[in-house]
Amino acid sequence: MKPQHVLPLAIFLTIAVAFGVAFYLNLDPKATPFAIEGKPVPVFALPPAVEGGEGLSTADLQGKVAIVNFHASWCAPCRAEHPILMQLEKRTGVPVYGIAWKDKPADLRAWLAADGNPFSRAGFDGNGRVGIDWGISGVPETFIVDRSGKVVWRFQGALNEPIVAKSLIPVLQGLK
Amino acid sequence: MKALAVIALLLWAGPALAVGADETMLPDPAQEARARDIMEDLRCLVCQNQSITDSNADLARDLREIVRERVAAGETDAQVHQYMVDRYGDWILMKPPFNIRTALLWLAPALMLVFGGFGAWAFIRRQRPPAQPEALDEGEQARLRALLDEAP
Repeated sequence: MKPQHVLPLAIFLTIAVAFGVAFYLNLDPKATPFAIEGKPVPVFALPPAVEGGEGLSTADLQGKVAIVNFHASWCAPCRAEHPILMQLEKRTGVPVYGIAWKDKPADLRAWLAADGNPFSRAGFDGNGRVGIDWGISGVPETFIVDRSGKVVWRFQGALNEPIVAKSLIPVLQGLK
Repeated sequence: MKALAVIALLLWAGPALAVGADETMLPDPAQEARARDIMEDLRCLVCQNQSITDSNADLARDLREIVRERVAAGETDAQVHQYMVDRYGDWILMKPPFNIRTALLWLAPALMLVFGGFGAWAFIRRQRPPAQPEALDEGEQARLRALLDEAP
């Protein structure tokens, strides 16, 4: 190979390897950092999202492992992940809690009445401030809180079978 | 002249389009100006290449509201920045601090200049002056003269 061909090839290979690594690690350029990773759950207390249900507060996330899902009735990916959420509590044996983010109470109730309510407790975050304290950039986002009340795992976007099977469930097993 | 003035005013009003007219500004103009400065430093989480000042996203609007509240409560710029970084990491700052994670980002322009400069230097150095044709020997010079003399 002629020396003048080495540099373009080296540049090409560097870029190709960078793309390959990013693809392999599933790096998403739209992902925002998980800034509260390993930190205690933000301090909050939310009223119930549905009538007759129980609200959600920091105190409910102490002393046990729990899954917390941010969602909204206006969010299409939330509907896509809904069937997975419906069976998640039974499947994992861990309570699944919800926080309805920037939703309208009537819309939320109509949706959960029609498609089912997967949450054993759900808080209503009307102005979205609690979501901001958790560092969410949109819905849906799903978190795992460990026994000591620390936020240890997060997934941005609609839950799907590979994420649940290969990431969420192994993390829960690690916490047991 | 009038047309120019209108155009100038419209251009000037541009930035006001995203910071909604229905948003409540802080009563103290100095505080509002400081809040605006902070908003310029914060990156929109939804549109990513805009500051929250320029973004129409709902979340950007919420963050603007939070910035105003915190400024009104007497927090310093650094405190408001910290509030945002605690939730969204350095990512939310339009001008992230220099640390191990951002080193490549900050050094990239200098590295590119060094490598590009080296490449350009190597390229120029390789360019040899074009080879001079050999001088004509005596026979060739005689033929050239003959050809030139032949010309009408």
